Amino acid sequence: MSGEAFCTFRSRAVLLLRDDVDTDQIIPARFLTTTERTGLGRYAFADWRLDAAGAPRVDFPLNAPDAVGARVLVAGRNFGCGSSREHAPWALIDWGFRAIIAESFGDIFRNNAHKNGLLTIAVDSDAHARLVGAVTSQPDTEVTVDLVERSLQVANASPEQFEIDRFVRHCLTVGIDELDYLLAAEREITSWERGAPEFTATFDEASSGSWRGGGVRRSRRYRP
Amino acid sequence: MSGTLFDRIWNSHVVRAEGDAPAVLGVDLHLVHEVTSPQAFTELRSRGLRVRRPDRTIATMDHATPTMRAADGGLPVAADAAAQTATLEENCLEFAVPLYALGHERQGIVHVIGPELGLTQPGMTIVCGDSHTSTHGAFGALAFGIGTSEVAHVLATQCLLQRRARTMEVRVDGTLGAGVTAKDVALAIIAKVGVGGGAGHVIEYTGAVIRALPMEGRMTVCNMSIEAGARAGMIAPDDTTISWLAGRPFSPSGAAWDAAVGRWRAFRRDDDERFDRTVSLDMSGVAPMITWGTNPGMSIPIDGTLPVPNGGPDAAGINRALSYMNFEPGSRLLGHRVDVVFIGSCTNSRISDLRDAAAIFRGRTVAPNVRVLVVPGSQSVKREAEREGLAEVFRAAGAEWRESGCSMCIAMNADRAGPGEYVVSTSNRNFEGRQGKGARTLLASPVTAAACAVRGEIADPRSLA
Ligand code: SF4
Repeated sequence: MSGEAFCTFRSRAVLLLRDDVDTDQIIPARFLTTTERTGLGRYAFADWRLDAAGAPRVDFPLNAPDAVGARVLVAGRNFGCGSSREHAPWALIDWGFRAIIAESFGDIFRNNAHKNGLLTIAVDSDAHARLVGAVTSQPDTEVTVDLVERSLQVANASPEQFEIDRFVRHCLTVGIDELDYLLAAEREITSWERGAPEFTATFDEASSGSWRGGGVRRSRRYRP
Repeated sequence: MSGTLFDRIWNSHVVRAEGDAPAVLGVDLHLVHEVTSPQAFTELRSRGLRVRRPDRTIATMDHATPTMRAADGGLPVAADAAAQTATLEENCLEFAVPLYALGHERQGIVHVIGPELGLTQPGMTIVCGDSHTSTHGAFGALAFGIGTSEVAHVLATQCLLQRRARTMEVRVDGTLGAGVTAKDVALAIIAKVGVGGGAGHVIEYTGAVIRALPMEGRMTVCNMSIEAGARAGMIAPDDTTISWLAGRPFSPSGAAWDAAVGRWRAFRRDDDERFDRTVSLDMSGVAPMITWGTNPGMSIPIDGTLPVPNGGPDAAGINRALSYMNFEPGSRLLGHRVDVVFIGSCTNSRISDLRDAAAIFRGRTVAPNVRVLVVPGSQSVKREAEREGLAEVFRAAGAEWRESGCSMCIAMNADRAGPGEYVVSTSNRNFEGRQGKGARTLLASPVTAAACAVRGEIADPRSLA
């Protein structure tokens, strides 16, 4: 599900210099009642970005004049910790971000981001400090992300390498679809299914009487 | 079999080995709920795919469902959530996935019903579009949360693309003091490991304290593994695990039970285990814990004092959290105002949690300034609590006794705290706004929460024993 292939781009960066930004902040739970994956940008950081009356808070970085059109978000440590909601990367992408740079990430968030073409770049504290320093002193500083070269360039400084999972890079640059990749493993899946003891052990239906056949079981008192 | 519990389960579930690409990992059990699945079913439909193994998939409704019955006895789903519950019903019908819909006698929080029905078994790989899937690791399963794209992958192929995690042993020794429970163990672990400290790792909990915990307590500890940033948490199965599973609706029976027990016993720890990391803590002398901040790592002993930011690397985070919570640095929490007490969630809504809380409420009343919600984790827990007379204890004390669901843990339904309110909660996340916009959460055990409810302020449960 990576959409268009991702190679290189250049953009201004917004600094959100907080550690442990959890997915409840990226998109609060009350906006998760959707059955779609689009249009969630308006809820991105809703409770930090907007005041009680729904007006933009001037002191929130995404509301700064230089943040308009920025495609890169720079955060602190452990960005995206907390829940597994894929709505978090959906909201960030819909807001306009293409890459998040942080010192570290929550595992599930990072996984979810890459499945949607949102690149996460983990940098060490020195590189982080240089990037933050450059953008702080010059808010319109542009960064260039090159995924093929795995390089990050801040303004005209020399590019720095970053680490990224080979398969993720391949999926994002070539546009490989992970579900297609899994579907192509059909024969191996079937053979594993036949031999794995926990998988082949059937659930005991004696007292359940309701496993096979699927379908909805509800009580008469609940009316959808 | 050799290696850590994680290694052994991983190795037996590798469908295609890891190389340049991640491993293809087989999934034994896939749990589905209304919030993170609609887009996954849409994906299947748009590609003309079926659910590969509906017999290894089960769905329930829990996150955004109501917990209060209307006057006519019905359970009215709020307008904004109704599309999701209806969509889940349609999807389960179309794709032949069994669904315990709202109101069904087996409905409940996905991580409560899996174990309680005997679906969760040792040695399994279990996934769900929910980060607290780590709960199921208490049975010696490899269980972790996945995103919605991965929900589609598992629905379509019963497999996932996964990089092998690193392993971390968290060894918990000592003995638990009065009023100290599994929840306090979990909070102490997270304080030690840090909210990001477990990233990239699967935790295996070991040590005397873990061995002595009943299954419910083990689930509480594994549940909160994700709050230490870990992918999963697990505990090797033993007699406690096996006797808990006997006779559950989906547990094997007869000869199949004997065969299963034989397999499960083989997961006993062996001597050549090598963990990538080991963290140890001793719970002897540790007081009941409570969080004061905006992530689950920000906790103190209930009788302790709040931190004073001293310009260290964490000072900005501590200051932000203290300011959100409106707490004074260096002050005490004991005696501080409480507005709401929430006893529920996949961390602490099982029958033993309700028994713990009821023991405090029995013969006492909720303080007039506090609103108390007791929300059982499943319909089965609800029935049992009613049978044992616990529900009557809660009602008599002045607490609200509700239907099962996630409720105020995530505040997606009508159960929300107001801006600025202080909520002592038995759930797992105290993030800003988690229990309602502007609400302030303090995480604690069911006994501590109940003590706060009757005192009307932050209270030490040991003072009510
Ligand atoms: S009770 Fe809370 S943490 Fe558990 S599954 Fe529900 S929302 Fe998630």
